[in-house]
Amino acid sequence: MRRIISILMENEPGALSRVVGLFSQRGYNIETLTVAPTEDRTLSRLTLTTFGDDLKIEQITKHLNKLIEVVKLVDLTEGAHIEREIMLMKVKATGAQRAEVKRTVDIFRGQIVDVTSSVYTVQLAGTTDKLEAFIGAVGEAQVLEVVRSGVSGISRGEKVLSI
Amino acid sequence: MEKLSGAEMVVRALQDEGVEIIFGYPGGAVLHIYDALFQQDKVQHILVRHEQAATHAADGYARATGKPGVVLVTSGPGATNAVTGIATAYMDSIPMVIVSGQVRSDWIGDDAFQETDMPGICRPIVKHSFAVRDPADIPEMMKKAFYIATTGRPGPVLVDIPKDKTSPLVKVPYEYPKKVKLRSYNPVTRGHSGQIRKAVEELLKAKRPVIYAGGGVIQGEASKHLTDLAHKLDFPVTNTLMGLGAFPATDKQFLGMLGMHGTYEANMAMHNADLILALGARFDDRVTNDTKKFCPGATIIHVDVDPATISKNVRADVPIVGPVSQVLEEMVATLDEIGVTPDEKALARWWEEIGGWREYHGLRYELDPNGPMKPQQVVQALYKATNGDAYVTSDVGQHQMFAAQFYKFDKPRYWINSGGLGTMGFGLPAAMGVQFAFPDAMVACVTGEGSIQMNIQELSTCLQYGLPIKVININNQALGMVRQWQDMQYGGRHSQSYMDSLPDFVKLAESYGHVGIRVDKHEDLDKAMEEAFALKDRLVFMDIYVDPSEHVYPMHIADGAIRDMWLSKTERT
Repeated sequence: MRRIISILMENEPGALSRVVGLFSQRGYNIETLTVAPTEDRTLSRLTLTTFGDDLKIEQITKHLNKLIEVVKLVDLTEGAHIEREIMLMKVKATGAQRAEVKRTVDIFRGQIVDVTSSVYTVQLAGTTDKLEAFIGAVGEAQVLEVVRSGVSGISRGEKVLSI
Repeated sequence: MEKLSGAEMVVRALQDEGVEIIFGYPGGAVLHIYDALFQQDKVQHILVRHEQAATHAADGYARATGKPGVVLVTSGPGATNAVTGIATAYMDSIPMVIVSGQVRSDWIGDDAFQETDMPGICRPIVKHSFAVRDPADIPEMMKKAFYIATTGRPGPVLVDIPKDKTSPLVKVPYEYPKKVKLRSYNPVTRGHSGQIRKAVEELLKAKRPVIYAGGGVIQGEASKHLTDLAHKLDFPVTNTLMGLGAFPATDKQFLGMLGMHGTYEANMAMHNADLILALGARFDDRVTNDTKKFCPGATIIHVDVDPATISKNVRADVPIVGPVSQVLEEMVATLDEIGVTPDEKALARWWEEIGGWREYHGLRYELDPNGPMKPQQVVQALYKATNGDAYVTSDVGQHQMFAAQFYKFDKPRYWINSGGLGTMGFGLPAAMGVQFAFPDAMVACVTGEGSIQMNIQELSTCLQYGLPIKVININNQALGMVRQWQDMQYGGRHSQSYMDSLPDFVKLAESYGHVGIRVDKHEDLDKAMEEAFALKDRLVFMDIYVDPSEHVYPMHIADGAIRDMWLSKTERT
């Protein structure tokens, strides 16, 4: 089962390598990873997605919690949450295709953020499913380049991950 | 406020931490620190002959005393030589602080002379590491290093210091923090009372209980609490390889070691138990055999200070995260409060069943007075000569298992071996650490001709510091454990498992300035042992020739249950 684990950790050199190293060391996989400092500059927020059954995820969270720099973490998929990924994508936009791409971008509520005579650069945010659906709708043959941010997430309601 | 250089702060921090002894080897990147060491006499530095030995010696010191071992090595090869010893300490949860030199900070990343990314190399084998970026941070980093190394589940902590951060030209105010607080590190100090009560209720219901105690009981200073609880309940106790000495081996409630080379009765009792109280143990593969077949009828209570250990290999029914000593204390108190005693009739039947297993197959081996000596015999002779009072360190292999099986450890911290990593070359330097901690104690290093050669250069260190260690070299002219597996699983093809061109160990010991004794006859064994231990101020290297074809039994049958064992070359369960 796919899980989104969100981690608050000390914003210190070496901290990220410990988290990433833990996954390779213990044979776990990271599907996506995103990290940036929070409003409190001493802390970073790291969000990663991984796959595993309850037992494996329990082990992963226990081992992550053991890392000295990890302050707090939460498995967002345990409760209601919002997840977003941002994608930048270059799409062929020539001839009849040019209007079709524009229509598809509108349907998916994306934005065209750069234009040349033959290429649109599209920005799209949403869940991983939505981004994949968009790629499918445009057609892989039309896609020139894709950059995805990896999943970020936050829980719904009043619950907050903070210290 | 007093101003000190980075190097002086490292040394002063060690003093303020109460460190009396460190093990190390100098080199370019740590010369400032060595100069600061030279100008004081509170911290004694022991010069080893190889950095691996420094870590093992610090490790042996830590295991015997419970205090953190401290290591000082230079950058590059000095640091990488220490890696095996750091991994050894990590696997066995030994408190250790390693200060490694680093090239000057403006050269980091340039592939400078003797540069390696030590924090990077060590990442999977340390509890934590620090890289110094500003000399002013040194006191706090040292304090944190000792705090992290010694609290919770202990482990090695690395402090990597670039040479320019120790420069005598840069002086900054020094104050050693009295306390440290890390918002992201709060080891559990108490087990959950509700869980403890639940566990006690399970204990009282049990009809076929076993207490399975590991190295955490020793590390957590909980041997007395374990003994109290076991006696109060009249429950059988088995120890892991790491836990030997946590419960007295000569106590009638002791079943011996469990696991791959555990006793028949310990493994049978575990398999047939209806309740297992696991204390500071981690259900290692050398204990469980196939975890799917492990103890099918047992309710498992698992007490450990490290939450990640619980339910890692075997699912616990009653998990308790907390220091073993505190949890056991509360268990005893809860028992008193409830005032119910365990089911005596059921226990009597259980003890009877265990008695049957003991009778069926205790630890035994075939001895032919006209044939070669047996390794087990050597350990028994050592036990006799030392009255069971020696600190015994071991290397890794058959001799390690024989020592674990036949030397009856009644006290914690007397059995010192590399259980998790299984590091050959551990025994002699570890014995040095123990002897430094207890100069007047008997310290024996049980080793083999394979293992001893992995750190034999330390005989020189032993001479320099006058360490009267007794090296018991059980010489079977083969890598015994490898050979045993080749006998059992590879049709007796002894691929690279023999030791050819052995040195004359007696002459070797003598050339290092020690006493060497060769023993190859049964009748000389006891006498030679006594003679060796009578030489109280000399290191004696006993080179004892034994039967190369001997195997360690019992031995788990691979992928079976814990009760599936070979009992001899021809009998199995």
